[in-house]
Amino acid sequence: MKLVELTTRKKIRLFRQSVVLNREEKKEKNLMRANLIWVLFRRELASYFATPIAYVFIIIFLFLSGIFTFYLGDFFAREQADLSPFFSFHPWLYLFLIPALSMRLWAEERKGGTIELLLTLPITITEAVLGKFFAAWAFTAIALFLTFPIWLSVNYLGNPDNAVIMISYLGSLLMAGGFLAIGSCISALTKNQVIAFVITVVVCLAFILSGFPLVLDFFSGWAPQIIVETISSFSFLTHFSAISKGVIDLRDLIYFFSLITFWLFTTALLIEMKKAD
Amino acid sequence: MVEIKNLHKQFGLLTAVDNISFQVKKGEVLGFLGPNGAGKSTTMKMITGFLTPTAGNVTVYGHDIVQKPLEVKQRIGYLPEGAPAYPDMTPASFLEFIAQIRGLRGEDKRSKIKETIKQVNLESVLYQSIDTLSKGFKRRVGLAQAILHDPEVLILDEPTDGLDPNQKHEVRSLIKQKAQEKVIILSTHILEEVHAVCTRAIIIAEGKILADGTPAELEAKSQFHNAVTITLHTPKDNVEKIRQSLLKLPGVQKLEALMENNSTLSYQIFPKAQHPIIGEISQHARKQQWKVEELHVEKGRLDEVFRSITTVG
Repeated sequence: MKLVELTTRKKIRLFRQSVVLNREEKKEKNLMRANLIWVLFRRELASYFATPIAYVFIIIFLFLSGIFTFYLGDFFAREQADLSPFFSFHPWLYLFLIPALSMRLWAEERKGGTIELLLTLPITITEAVLGKFFAAWAFTAIALFLTFPIWLSVNYLGNPDNAVIMISYLGSLLMAGGFLAIGSCISALTKNQVIAFVITVVVCLAFILSGFPLVLDFFSGWAPQIIVETISSFSFLTHFSAISKGVIDLRDLIYFFSLITFWLFTTALLIEMKKAD
Repeated sequence: MVEIKNLHKQFGLLTAVDNISFQVKKGEVLGFLGPNGAGKSTTMKMITGFLTPTAGNVTVYGHDIVQKPLEVKQRIGYLPEGAPAYPDMTPASFLEFIAQIRGLRGEDKRSKIKETIKQVNLESVLYQSIDTLSKGFKRRVGLAQAILHDPEVLILDEPTDGLDPNQKHEVRSLIKQKAQEKVIILSTHILEEVHAVCTRAIIIAEGKILADGTPAELEAKSQFHNAVTITLHTPKDNVEKIRQSLLKLPGVQKLEALMENNSTLSYQIFPKAQHPIIGEISQHARKQQWKVEELHVEKGRLDEVFRSITTVG
């Protein structure tokens, strides 16, 4: 009787040990997979800077955001120490610039045949999609970071609420992520970068405009309130304007994260389905 | 070992690969021959896990490519058609990237990269962007990427396509050098390559395997197999007599004149049922005291076999 008890106890202990071991093995495996995304990420990010893309993009981005803020946004005439004229143009700036960045993500791999190389390496499609996306996102973060002189000047001129500005930057980055995820998906559909660009612009425009009176008024006359609200809730503008006022609403964060997840998931799915076309 | 069982790939209405089965063992160099669009590349893409088979399966050392893609991909080195590589990278950074993705680290990584660079002679262009490299160097970068992690299985899609004769020779000796401890599958439409490197060849057309054997076995299927070429000097009025005497030999089926001018005669003599007839003919020539300038046996012509198998009708 005692002997039996002992062996069962032993069995349980052995089982526990194996569970711990398995867990550690899994942990190590996860770490290795994450490392692969990191390797891909670095290659992608480096390739932006190996070509003129990075420099052209950053210069145009800084130049346009300056023009928009100071001329169209009446930065000085408003006589207010905040950056809302700067941030309010970001959706429009991203509308043209982000597709130019995202169009190459997969279309270039298809065109150059490197997609075959990439997808026969021991990585999963999800890892490839994430590595590329994060690199593009990090690149826009760099471009966004380089707008800091505007932040410096508004601090020099007055006493802005820097917390609001920080949150606005975060919101802008999240929105850029949304644009990029859409672009990634559309880029996965074609080997032609121009087509990827144009379609991405159109889809992104739809996502921006769905919150505009221009679109909403059209529906609000006849459609039930719930439909109007659903359409409006898809809008980048609705969610971004809340964040750029310094209000962090969980719903806005969830919106952007689920938007990014959805489009990236679709990217992976599309690549799996038509990687050889 | 690579095992392919009833592999099938359908693109819409088009059957690209139609129920193909074969095995390749360690030490074998399998040449995949076939006209363009025969299904060579599609098969290779399924073995490497780029395409998913419509039916059938591929196992590499016991792992199924669809169920365990990462395990299989880890064991395979693959040179896709056209040797694609990221044009904005340098060979050095590209190989570093591949090594990292392959999970190589530290001293092991450094020594493998170094060794590979030496094997494919990339030293001179290491820090030039791949974009600016010549076709030969680009191909070598692709090859380097495939052999970098010393894989058990090498899949090479047209490894020597577009290379000059010297480069071809280099690539072939590299393949031969690797052959002993690996499974190698390469596709080509250059038939001399089969002689040069392959221990076995499979001819495929329209997605089906039409022939499978050693290069010698395939050559034996040629109508030129054991045919004898004879060249001799003789006065012009003897021509008809010589021709008739050759045709009367018991083993000879027919002969074709390669050259019949004033003093030199050259015939290609085909045996009955491809039996060797060289002995018979040389004996005959000696007996007749012909002034023989050339006498040799054909092993068979792969290109002729290839053509006769792959063209219908």
